[in-house]
Formats: sequence, C-alpha cells, structure tokens
Amino acid sequence: MRSSSHKVAIVPCSGIGKPYGTVSRVAAYQVTEDDRPELTRLVPLALLVMGDEEYGRIVTESPAITIDGCPQACATKMVQQSGGRVAHECSVLGAVRSHRDLKPQGIAELNEDGEKLANALAQEINAMIDALTVAGPDK
Amino acid sequence: MPELPRKKVGIIACSGEELPEGTITRLAALRVLHQVRPEDTVTICLPLFLAGGEGDRNFARFYPTIAVDGCEKRCAFRGTEKYSNRPAAGIVVTDLIAQHGLDQPHGCRKLDAAGMKAVELTAQEVADTVDELLGKGLR
Repeated sequence: MRSSSHKVAIVPCSGIGKPYGTVSRVAAYQVTEDDRPELTRLVPLALLVMGDEEYGRIVTESPAITIDGCPQACATKMVQQSGGRVAHECSVLGAVRSHRDLKPQGIAELNEDGEKLANALAQEINAMIDALTVAGPDK
Repeated sequence: MPELPRKKVGIIACSGEELPEGTITRLAALRVLHQVRPEDTVTICLPLFLAGGEGDRNFARFYPTIAVDGCEKRCAFRGTEKYSNRPAAGIVVTDLIAQHGLDQPHGCRKLDAAGMKAVELTAQEVADTVDELLGKGLR
C-alpha cells in the first residue's frame, strides 16, 4: 500500500448550489472509496484553502486530479494556489457534453442520470489514475 | 413606497467531504434553504467564496450569515471572517451532537440514521438562528 504522500490527490468541488457539485462529489467518493482506495486520497477543498497542514502537504507532494463543478474551477485554482500540481483537470460540464443523454438533477440526492454521470466521470478519473500510477507519481 | 430588497440570511456550510459531519452541514443547509426557511435564506458556495467570488463575498459583507461547520476547525466561519465579514452566528455539528447526546454519525457518502438525526437537529438550529437574526422570534 502506498503512503498517503504517494497517493493521487482527488479534489472535488464543494459546491452545494447545483447538481453538478454533487456529481463531482459522488464521482470522487466512488474513486476514493470503491474503485481506487489504495491509490488515492480525498482532499476536502475547504480545509485545503484554509491552510490545513496535512492536506497542504498532500497536494504539494502528490499529483492531483481536480473535479470542478462549474467554469469557476475552484478546485483547480485552489490546488494551484496551495502550491500543488494539477495532473488532470476534470470537469462535470465536460462529462455532460460527452453524455448529452444524461440530465442530472437533485442536490441532496442525485437522480438516476446524475448517478450515471458521476459513474462515467469516475471511470474517466480511474483511467487517469492508472496512467499516473503506472508512470509513477512524478510523471 | 419603493420596495426594498427582502432581508435574507446567508448560510455557509463547510461541506467537508472527509467527515460525516461535513455531509451533515451540507444536507442541513439544503434542508433549510429548500424546505424549512426558503423565503428567508440563501446559501453561499464556500469554495467559490474562498476562490474569490465577489458576489458571494459582497453578500456576506452586507447581510447576516450563519457558518455551519462540521468540526472544530471551523473552516466556514474562519473563511467567511477572513475573506468577507464575521458571521453573525456559527454552528458546529460536533458540538451539537455532544450537547444533545446523539450517537456518532457514520458515512460521508450516505449518512446513517444517527447522521440523518443530526441533519434534522442542525437544520432546526439553523432555522432558529435565522429567525433570531431576522427578529421573527420563535415560530
């Protein structure tokens, strides 16, 4: 098992105003809890921004994959401002464009389309993690 | 008579993804916004707020806000104070759980029964605070 400093940091949007924030969070949980728990570490945005030492260290020592819920791209900006390296920027809007048949709804709880979209996004992230971890954390 | 803008209270949830209490803040804020006090509240997106969302920061400069934090790190309260204005009130879920002797919540992704009870309690606490701030007294 990798030490936390060598895991890929997964940084979702923390937005609660729209379903897209929830999609980013659900995708992040799927990756970090179900699909790639040994290779990843979930990084909460609020703690990172408020200068938490532990999470600050994680993003400076590990590659990060950010999952933004809107064009403001808070997750990506915040990792960069914390001195971290964003290996991949994922966006829920990008996933929506790739899956136009899915219409996510619901914030507290996603509808079926929202869950499917989160799953599609998680699969995309899994592939990124696999590429990063095969190449090594510094690649 | 000119119609003045209705006074509302901003709710800022920490939304911490790494703790069940973070999920409790998010669900409680949404419950107040959508069900309990929809006419009197707005939610402020914490990551956008921290990333420099001027609209949200300006709201918190001129309107009362309630920071709802999951733990004693109080990212929502401290972030609001740092980037905009001191919140009119702060609620910490771990404190509420201890004060009311609730069971420890589990499940960041999907809360257990204890977590849902804490959502209910937190939402009620937020709603009571909204009423106090708007001078409405107990309903």
